[in-house]
Amino acid sequence: MPAVSKGDGMRGLAVFISDIRNCKSKEAEIKRINKELANIRSKFKGDKALDGYSKKKYVCKLLFIFLLGHDIDFGHMEAVNLLSSNKYTEKQIGYLFISVLVNSNSELIRLINNAIKNDLSSRNPTFMCLALHCIANVGSREMAEAFASEIPRILVAGDTMDSVKQSAALCLLRLYKTSPDLVLMGEWTSRVVHLLNDQHMGVVTAAISLITCLSQKNPDEFKTCVSLAVSRLSRIVSSASTDLQDYTYYFVPAPWLSCKLLRLLQCYPPPEDGAVKGRLVECLETILNKAQEPPKSKKVQHSNAKNAILFEAISLIIHYDSEPNLLVRACNQLGQFLQHRETNLRYLALESMCTLASSEFSHEAVKTHIETVINALKTERDVSVRQRAADLLYAMCDRSNAKQIVAEMLSYLETADYSIREEMVLKVAILAEKYAIDYSWYVDTILNLIRIAGDYVSEEVWYRVIQIVINRDDVQGYAAKTVFEALQAPACHENMVKVGGYILGEFGNLIAGDPRSSPLVQFNLLHSKFHLCSVPTRALLLSAYIKFINLFPETKATIQEVLRCDSQIRNSDVELQQRAVEYLKLSSIASTDVLATVLEEMPPFPERESSILAKLKKKKGPGAVSVTELEDSKREGGELNGGGDRGPDTAAMAASNTSTPSPSADLLGIRSAAPVGAAPSSAGSLLVDVFSEAGPTAPSAAVNDDGFLRDLEQPTETSDSLLVEGSGDLDSAPPSEDPAPPLSEADELLNKFVCKNNGVLFENQLLQIGIKSEYRQNLGRMYLFYGNKTSVQFASFTTTVSCPGELQSQLNVQTKPVEPLVEGGAQIQQVLNIECLSDFSEAPLLNIKFRYGGALQNLTLKLPVTINKFFQPTEMSSHDFFQRWKQLSQPQQEAQKIFKANHSMDTEVLKAKLLGLGTALLDNVDPNPENYVCAGVIQTKSQQVGCLLRLEPNAQAQMYRLTLRCSKDSVSRRLCELLAQQF
Amino acid sequence: MIGGLFIYNHKGEVLISRVYRDDIGRNAVDAFRVNVIHARQQVRSPVTNIARTSFFHVKRSNIWLAAVTKQNVNAAMVFEFLYKMCDVMTAYFGKISEENIKNNFVLIYELLDEILDFGYPQNSETGALKTFITQQGIKGQVKTKEEQSQITSQVTGQIGWRREGIKYRRNELFLDVLESVNLLMSPQGQVLSAHVSGRVVMKSYLSGMPECKFGMNDKIVIDKQGKGGASDDPGKSDLGGGSGKQSIAIDDCTFHQCVRLSKFDSERSISFIPPDGEYELMRYRTTKDIILPFRVIPLVREVGRTKLEVKVVIKSNFKPSLLAQKIEVRIPTPLNTSGVQVICMKGKAKYKASENAIVWKIKRMAGMKESQISAEIELLPTNDKKKWARPPISMNFEVPFAPSGLKVRYLKVFESKLNYSDHDVIKWVRYIGRSGIYETRC
Repeated sequence: MPAVSKGDGMRGLAVFISDIRNCKSKEAEIKRINKELANIRSKFKGDKALDGYSKKKYVCKLLFIFLLGHDIDFGHMEAVNLLSSNKYTEKQIGYLFISVLVNSNSELIRLINNAIKNDLSSRNPTFMCLALHCIANVGSREMAEAFASEIPRILVAGDTMDSVKQSAALCLLRLYKTSPDLVLMGEWTSRVVHLLNDQHMGVVTAAISLITCLSQKNPDEFKTCVSLAVSRLSRIVSSASTDLQDYTYYFVPAPWLSCKLLRLLQCYPPPEDGAVKGRLVECLETILNKAQEPPKSKKVQHSNAKNAILFEAISLIIHYDSEPNLLVRACNQLGQFLQHRETNLRYLALESMCTLASSEFSHEAVKTHIETVINALKTERDVSVRQRAADLLYAMCDRSNAKQIVAEMLSYLETADYSIREEMVLKVAILAEKYAIDYSWYVDTILNLIRIAGDYVSEEVWYRVIQIVINRDDVQGYAAKTVFEALQAPACHENMVKVGGYILGEFGNLIAGDPRSSPLVQFNLLHSKFHLCSVPTRALLLSAYIKFINLFPETKATIQEVLRCDSQIRNSDVELQQRAVEYLKLSSIASTDVLATVLEEMPPFPERESSILAKLKKKKGPGAVSVTELEDSKREGGELNGGGDRGPDTAAMAASNTSTPSPSADLLGIRSAAPVGAAPSSAGSLLVDVFSEAGPTAPSAAVNDDGFLRDLEQPTETSDSLLVEGSGDLDSAPPSEDPAPPLSEADELLNKFVCKNNGVLFENQLLQIGIKSEYRQNLGRMYLFYGNKTSVQFASFTTTVSCPGELQSQLNVQTKPVEPLVEGGAQIQQVLNIECLSDFSEAPLLNIKFRYGGALQNLTLKLPVTINKFFQPTEMSSHDFFQRWKQLSQPQQEAQKIFKANHSMDTEVLKAKLLGLGTALLDNVDPNPENYVCAGVIQTKSQQVGCLLRLEPNAQAQMYRLTLRCSKDSVSRRLCELLAQQF
Repeated sequence: MIGGLFIYNHKGEVLISRVYRDDIGRNAVDAFRVNVIHARQQVRSPVTNIARTSFFHVKRSNIWLAAVTKQNVNAAMVFEFLYKMCDVMTAYFGKISEENIKNNFVLIYELLDEILDFGYPQNSETGALKTFITQQGIKGQVKTKEEQSQITSQVTGQIGWRREGIKYRRNELFLDVLESVNLLMSPQGQVLSAHVSGRVVMKSYLSGMPECKFGMNDKIVIDKQGKGGASDDPGKSDLGGGSGKQSIAIDDCTFHQCVRLSKFDSERSISFIPPDGEYELMRYRTTKDIILPFRVIPLVREVGRTKLEVKVVIKSNFKPSLLAQKIEVRIPTPLNTSGVQVICMKGKAKYKASENAIVWKIKRMAGMKESQISAEIELLPTNDKKKWARPPISMNFEVPFAPSGLKVRYLKVFESKLNYSDHDVIKWVRYIGRSGIYETRC
């Protein structure tokens, strides 16, 4: 309750509240409230005016009833009346009621705003503060609209009282946070910065919150605050604890203000001015020195305040990352905290050290604490601290200590909490891969990992082992041997069986010389695990068996026996049954030469980002794994696999060929590893898509070993890129020139999408734009994926779609706005809804603007929305077709073109393209079987346009004749233009 | 099977807790308190399922009785038991209140041991229970062996509800027909739904083991006799206030355990050996030809946004010689009422702000009369555009006849061993018709 002076205490209210509290049951309470409400209603209704006191009392009662959870639908007017009272308590209650119960009721809002305006313009500081608090508490858009221009004026006015300035700064901050667009920057901004020089510490503290928030959005405009903040900070830091009197908290001078200043400085790079920088470094040193001093008080508040400043200072040091001396000192200071009694301090120390470890200056210093951290991992009682310790170990790991750290993490894994096991497993796998010098060590580690925590080893981990083993000749023999030994354990994890099956299937021959691991022994060992495994593993094992037949002809009889038995060849699972049948036939029919070709050793995998790293990043969210690390891993990965030079675009290029991912799947390779559930369908259609563009060379490559392909294909896209690379050249060589492409290129890009709906629309060094679209009747939906290929975030990223000229009335495109920030390596999605109103010939324009490292990038593309997207296929018989063909015999309805073939004249490719166009391909219509005949209806909102198409290829002359007849002449012309580019 | 039984006060504190089966843990006590008694939203359903445990509760004034089970029990059985439990407690120590329960908790535990065994309900007949669960001290309770064996044979015997060797100087019988009439009527006077639920309550002070036979104007019996042509004893005189109809159609009825159901099924005659003291002989329900004792005619007029005029007329619809009592008409007022002026010709009317209603009370009213009230309600304009929902006008009353038209034709007592006959028994019959939910829309 408000502080009320004697004689002003509201007795009636006190009685009412005590009545309510004494109620025995809910019903009694409701009765009491009903009675009170009736009383208040009759009082408010009364003809004689109420005095301020009783009005205040009743409004207060209403507020209390409302807070008890009952609806209040009257009394607003009385509350508004209270606002114009001259007594503080009455005004206060009025504002309280308004800020709790206000709804955007038009007539009242006007009155309220008026009252607030009066108070703001009054010279009474308490009234001004009340009004400001009310604005901040409500903080609605209406409030912002009404007062956003007023408050900055109050804030910077010379004659405003300190307390009002404080309130104004915080109120403005609140409005800025709720509706940033309404708070306009103006000449006041520079004056706000000077509030940092204010005499009154409270004003500075309030202003700095505002400045921090504003400068995050507009760093340039507030640059001047850095030097002011530094000088303020140095004054505080160097002051004796008694100087600041009211603002000294347990012997620490102005701790909140210091923290905020340090946080503000973290918004900016290190100051360039030498003097300022020197002063700042001095400050930071003083703070670090103070941490060493003996505490002035034993109270926990004292140490909390001191440590808060210290941690803020350390994060500033880390942010600057340029003062080796300070970084090392910070690291040492944190090292002391690692063994502190206080759990929170240990947690914070570990967390800060994690970031320190990524700095080149302090990495070595961090490494000296390895023993303590390992100890923390083992003995710490708090799970969150253990988690941080594991993170830190991961961060401080490098080539020199990798073996020790990986060993420690592995041993910890046996006792680790279930919640962090999966993450730990990933980390161990990454570290082992990243810092492996000796591949036998790597293989050992991973197999150990599977043994210890098999359930938590995700698919990606064992895919990665296999990728590496296959790519490295020197480790294959050792891997086969180790796997063989590991499989001899009576119970081994299914993941182990998978790795075992795969590796023995590929490289079993390398250890077959030893009688202890002769082919039959190997086979029997694998087969002894067969019945305990799940279906996918069994499928993999079957593929391993057929590879065995190729590797060791002597096992052929045994394996055929196994394949022939009912549990395989009549398995209820279709996949297993199919494999069993096919492999059995393959082994019995094909000659050894054919077998050897078909079951050839897997080719090395193309270089790509480690799928495990991607998984870890996904787990932690983008940005959690630092960029340096990412690049680091690329470098290391390249070395590790001896894959030679690996352009940064390879991964992206591979991905750019995946034409039909599901909308949720990433189009970019930057964050690969599509979700497993989405993969099978995309893999299936992908084959078709690749064929349609790449011509008939692909299939023979694909037959190679589809069982094996499929095993790996699911989550990693490995096989996709394999296929793509095998099939030779492909259309989209990424254009990588100026980021402002001419429109002619846009036209070209547009033509690529006439016959397909998905793919990469545009790509340069910075940005990749993928498209996925679907159309139904006259409606379409397009997903645009903007991928940031750099490691720097794009700021103020905006996209606009415009329909130039008459297209505006023909096509309706609705967009949803995108996030203005695109993190480095991240991808954002935008959805466009398209409605075709009538037929059109132009394409809508997509304009993209963003800031990359300060420079504005601006590019305009054509969106691949063409009239044929709205085709609805129509099946019809030969008779019908010619009847309609004749009906459309007016000269302007027909469009014809004779042109030279741009691409090969392959039948399948042509068919795929015509189907991709959206029409129905009609067989047995044209008397000449060489010719293609299609029919379809273009759906627009206003009308439907029937279209008939006839394409007559002439193989000798490499020419085509294309004839189109549509019920609308403009459509036939446009379609003819579009299609002529395609063949 | 009931797993446990808890009694709480209004604050949710446990007064009595008795667990019968192992599957009910101690945490069940808290679960009910948290999820039902202290629930943020009022729990309306009497059965609540919390974590695979069912809670059946009834509330008596401020006291909650909750039966708990994990099994799929017959819910009707559980509620019947809970009501019976309430009756037994009332019979032992009067009103069920927190204080009474606290003062009698030993007795309650004793009762709970007796009437529920491993969760199965046992004999809960107050008369029988009172013979061996008494409120006297242990000393005074010393009973002879004979007495003890008598109690045993009675409790375990065929007629568990009556002990042998009861003797009265005056053989008396009190019979009350208690009915509650429920009605929902449209403003135009159309009956939307109406039914009567009635009970026949007896108090018998008879010697020995008498055999009783009860007859009423049940349509089926009357029709059968009409065919047979034989006219039985006309029974008691006609006390009903309503029309001259001779028989009523009973929709369904239930009997006290003492009634021989086989005989009722075959001959539709109600014969029984009555328990001693007060008990409920039967319950029934009728829906046809109900005599509605009062008719309410509402008239509501909204004058602008700030005023409401209400006029309500009530008409009594029974013999002028009869007097209705405790009449109360409750007229709901809108939620934004700021003042009320009432004028009524008879009785007293008052605006009760705590209940958002005008309550009009009339002490007595004879049949075939009418009375009216008019009220002016002032309203406070509100921001809310919601229209007032106009809840129905409800009414309470008590009339000295059975609105269903039920009449007691005879109640005969035969006691072959002792030397008194039907004529020596003094019999009293009383009809009381009360209002249940008696509402008229306005």
